[in-house]
Amino acid sequence: MRFDLMYDAFFKILSLDNLNEGIGLTLQVVFIATILGLGLAIIVALMRISKVRAYNVSSYYFIYLIRGTPLLLQLYFIYYGLGQFEFIRESFLWPVLREPFWCGIITLTISTGAYSAEIIRGGIQSVSPGQIEAGKALGLSKFSLFIKIIAPITIRQALPAYGNEIILMVKASSLISIVTLMELTGIARTIISKTYAPVEIFLVAGSIYLFINFIITQGVRLAEKKLKVAEI
Amino acid sequence: MLELLSFGDAGWGDEMLKGAFWTVAVSISSILLGLIIGIILASFKLSSFRLLKLFAEIYTTIVRGVPELLVIYLLFFGGSSAVMYVAKIFGYYEYIELQPFVIGTLAIGAISGAYSTEVIRGAVNSVPKAQFETGNALGLSRFWIYQKIIFPQVARLALPGIGNVWQITLKDTALISVTGLVEIMRQSRIASGSTHEPFIFYTAAIILYLIITRLSNIVFDKAEEKYSRGFVREDS
Repeated sequence: MRFDLMYDAFFKILSLDNLNEGIGLTLQVVFIATILGLGLAIIVALMRISKVRAYNVSSYYFIYLIRGTPLLLQLYFIYYGLGQFEFIRESFLWPVLREPFWCGIITLTISTGAYSAEIIRGGIQSVSPGQIEAGKALGLSKFSLFIKIIAPITIRQALPAYGNEIILMVKASSLISIVTLMELTGIARTIISKTYAPVEIFLVAGSIYLFINFIITQGVRLAEKKLKVAEI
Repeated sequence: MLELLSFGDAGWGDEMLKGAFWTVAVSISSILLGLIIGIILASFKLSSFRLLKLFAEIYTTIVRGVPELLVIYLLFFGGSSAVMYVAKIFGYYEYIELQPFVIGTLAIGAISGAYSTEVIRGAVNSVPKAQFETGNALGLSRFWIYQKIIFPQVARLALPGIGNVWQITLKDTALISVTGLVEIMRQSRIASGSTHEPFIFYTAAIILYLIITRLSNIVFDKAEEKYSRGFVREDS
C-alpha cells in the first residue's frame, strides 16, 4: 500500500479550489440533473397515467427506449451523434450541445426522468380510490385534490425507491468522465494511469462515493421518518 | 446513408453484428460468473458464521455503492498484476496480459454477482418457513434440507429477479468498451470515427440493444412460464 499516494489522491479529489473538477463537479452534475430529471419524471408519469392515448403511448415508448439502452450509448448519441447535423450546429441549441457538461446533464436528466417516472407512477397509482372520492365529496377542485391528497401520498410511497434512484444517479455521473469531464472518476482514472496504483486509488475514490451515498441514504431515511404518519 | 450499414467490405453491417455477438457473449459469461459469485455470497449471508456474513455484506455494499466504471478501471489497470501475483506464488514468473474479454467478464461478473446475491438470498428467504420446519421434523440435516427442499424452489423464485440482473448486466457491458473489447459500443465508435457519421451508427447501436433486450425478455418470460407450471399464486 502506498499511503502517500492515497493521501494525495484524497485531497486532489476533495479539493474545492476548482468547482469544475473532482467532487465539486460530481455533486453539481448530480444536483442539477436530479432536479431537472424530477421535473421531467413528473411530466412523463402524468402522461403515462393519462387517458389520452397519444400521451400514454409516447411516454411508454420513451421509458422503454431509455431503460432498454445503456446510458453510455445515450451519452454518445447526444454528444457525438447530434453534433453531426448542420442544422443542429447552426441552431440555438448548439451552444448547449457543444459542451460536454451540458450533454452530460441532458443525458442524466433524460435517464433519471424515465426511471423515476415509473417510480412516481407507482406512487400515484397506490393512492386508493376511496381517498380521491373523499376529496371529491369535499368539493375539492382537481388541482387542490392533486396538491392536497394525491401528491403527499405519492411522495411518501415513492420516497424509498426514489432514494435508490438518486444513488444510481451518483454512480451514473461517473460516465461523464468519458466525455472529457474531470469529475471524481475522471480524476481517479488519471491518477491511476500516472501512478499505476489501481488498488489504492480505487479505495480512495470508492470510499468517497460510498460516503456520498451514505449521506443520501441517511437523508432519505430522515425524510421518510418525517413524512411517516401513524398507522391506523 | 444506409449503405454504410450494408454487409461486406463496403459497409459496417457485418462488423456491427459481430459487435452484437461480443456484447451477448460477454453478457452471458458475466452473468454466469455473477451467478456463481451470487450463490456463494448468498450462502455466506445466510450462514451463521459472522465472519462470512460480514465479508458478503462488505462485498455487496462496496460493489453496489461504487460506480461500475471504477470497478472496471480497477480490474483493467490492476487485473494483470493481480493474476501475476497469484501466478508467482505458484512459481510462474512470465508476464501475463489479460484479454479484454477476460477483464470485461471479471469486472461485469463481479458487479452482476453483487446483484445476484441479493436476488438469490431473497428467493431463499421467500421459501415458506414451514418447509424448513417440515425438513427438521423429518430429521433431515441442514445440508439435506437445502439440497432437497430449498434449492429446487429457489431457481423458480429467483427467475424474475435474475431477469432484471440480466438487463443490468447487458447494459453494463457497454462500459467495457473502454478496455478495448470490440462490442457494440466500441464498434459504433470505431465506425463513426472513420466515416464521420456518428448519428447512424449510434442509432444502429440503440436498435441492436433494443432487439437484444426484447429477445431476452421473450426467453425469460418463456422460462418463467415453464418453471411456474403447476403453481398457483398463494394469494389466489
